[in-house]
Amino acid sequence: MREITLSRAVNEALAEEMRRDSTVFVIGEDVAEAGTPFKVLSGLVEEFGTDRVVDTPISEPGFMGIAVGAAMTGLRPVVDLMFGDFLFLVMDQLCNQAAKTHYMSGGKLNVPLVLRTNLGATRRSAAQHSQSLHALVAHIPGLKVALPSSAFEAKGLLKAAIRDDNPVVIFEDKLMYQEKAPVPEEEFLIPLGEAKVLREGGDITLIGTSSMRKVCETAADELAAEGVRAEVIDPRSIVPLDEATLLASVKKTGRAIVVDEGHRNYGVTGEIAARLNEKAFYHLDAPVLRMGAMDVPVPFSPALEDLTVPTSEKLVELARKLAAGEMIHAA
Amino acid sequence: MPDNTNRNADDYLRMYRQMVRIRTFEDNANRLYLSAKMPGLTHMYSGEEAVAVGICEALRPTDRITSTHRGHGHCVAKGASFKEMFCELLGKAEGYCRGKGGSMHIADQANGNLGANAIVGGSMGIATGSALAAKRLGRDDVTVCFFGDGATAQGLMYEVMNMAALWSLPVIYACENNMYSEYTKTEEIAAGEITARASAFGIEAHRVDGQDVLEVNALTERLVERCRRGGGPFFVELMTYRYHGHHVGDIDREYYRSKEEERDWKENRDPISRLGAWLVEQNIASKDEIRAMDGKIAEDAAAAVEHALAAPYPPAGEVDMHVFTDIRHAAPVIGG
Repeated sequence: MREITLSRAVNEALAEEMRRDSTVFVIGEDVAEAGTPFKVLSGLVEEFGTDRVVDTPISEPGFMGIAVGAAMTGLRPVVDLMFGDFLFLVMDQLCNQAAKTHYMSGGKLNVPLVLRTNLGATRRSAAQHSQSLHALVAHIPGLKVALPSSAFEAKGLLKAAIRDDNPVVIFEDKLMYQEKAPVPEEEFLIPLGEAKVLREGGDITLIGTSSMRKVCETAADELAAEGVRAEVIDPRSIVPLDEATLLASVKKTGRAIVVDEGHRNYGVTGEIAARLNEKAFYHLDAPVLRMGAMDVPVPFSPALEDLTVPTSEKLVELARKLAAGEMIHAA
Repeated sequence: MPDNTNRNADDYLRMYRQMVRIRTFEDNANRLYLSAKMPGLTHMYSGEEAVAVGICEALRPTDRITSTHRGHGHCVAKGASFKEMFCELLGKAEGYCRGKGGSMHIADQANGNLGANAIVGGSMGIATGSALAAKRLGRDDVTVCFFGDGATAQGLMYEVMNMAALWSLPVIYACENNMYSEYTKTEEIAAGEITARASAFGIEAHRVDGQDVLEVNALTERLVERCRRGGGPFFVELMTYRYHGHHVGDIDREYYRSKEEERDWKENRDPISRLGAWLVEQNIASKDEIRAMDGKIAEDAAAAVEHALAAPYPPAGEVDMHVFTDIRHAAPVIGG
């Protein structure tokens, strides 16, 4: 199968959906000729014109609100939010307006929009361009949240999100834009709410989202060399969450570590761990453990920044202890 | 009052009835609040009727509006019925939003009302996006964005007016200046002229007497026609007055405005009395006919209130419906 970058996959998904449905359009800062700072959208404006690849002023709440209104009245906007950190600027329009409109109207109004943004540290961009804020929006009822972990997922999830009648927020890992993965030439969708078992194993379950999928896979390789067979699962969307697949795995292995690049406190890892504890308690041989970003603002200095994110080395160490029964009374 | 040349007697009578319907709706809502029959609280539109009616009478059902926390008037003026509105205010299943929205979130998409909004200025993006959609889909529909003078202090307004002007969107920003930003005189929070803020973006801005329904309607008719032909956006500041406090519970308000001022607006500038007197003067309706219209509307409202009070609440199973379009029940039972 051919291999393409995550950036190319996003670009293809948008182009295919814009060809299929004339109501789909892209709106955001520097999306047209510039193709975004990450060049993810390069070429779209040449094919679809400035009416459908709409450059805006630097007014995040403004273009987010415009997208909500356009979505309520017949269009399918794909909002490009240059950095995930700018979510704080659009919170009212996203969380008070888009997320609640269907509910507040008793099901009469829909907001079929996609907000594409990104996550991920270690790009030496410091505290306001490095955050992974997906837990923040996953907390709000009415928003679906997807976290593609490779070019394949990026394409399939985005196409499904564009066809979804609900607001969907997609976080792409900005360090992954140039990474290649096998992506079929023919059309495919990945439904929101379907986790993927990336490798099977009977000793321990490693659940990794987005950038942390690769951390889990690398750790699983190392553990395999030591005779520990890890099952690796990518939830792919955290709202809705495919609990059934996660529970089936944990019931088989009896041990699990949840790894996510958001802050650990009150985050995605805590939510998934709690659900596994509630629903698979008698199958567990040890508490479900969590690894997330350190609860500090992301520092600039490489010497400090690298300490804040989960790595495969730290994960292997934790998994080894968990498999050896050392973590039963972990603090 | 100006003569609206393309208007006839039926139009004037409908405008009168629509204003009385709003006042009557609000009087009933206030009574429901005072008698503790309405959950929560509400913000009365009484006194501002000429704004909603003058504007909405210039619109078609396919034209859209966005509304505010003080939104009952816009909802009635855009064609909503008493029964579904009172049911919504009381949280009943027959309400426009099945009781999930209440006073501050009434939406009536069948008549083009995209919804009231409890965030001050929160709907300015939505209105502008609705105008963008109309233009992109090749429709000549216009969107009117209602908001108060208080909302002019929100940054969102300037972001979206900028884009509306850059992209020539068919949207009319209707600023209902009732002189009070919640509990504060607007002159204390707004520097300069409000219309000048729109002019700064190159948006044609007008100021009009918001207590004169015919003047509001005549101006809106002209602007809507120009909007349909691609001449938008526009900005209108409508000078008006809210008879009640910020909300129904804001009874003791002499610390921010005087009783004399309130009396002056009610006695000398009331939009309904003014149009009523004009209808008699122009021999369009007799005083008896006006009384009959008022009486009929009062009866309609009383029947709707009675219906709403007796109507059932939504069943408990609806609590986690409508969170998503495609997940029938979104929230699992706790511990389930």
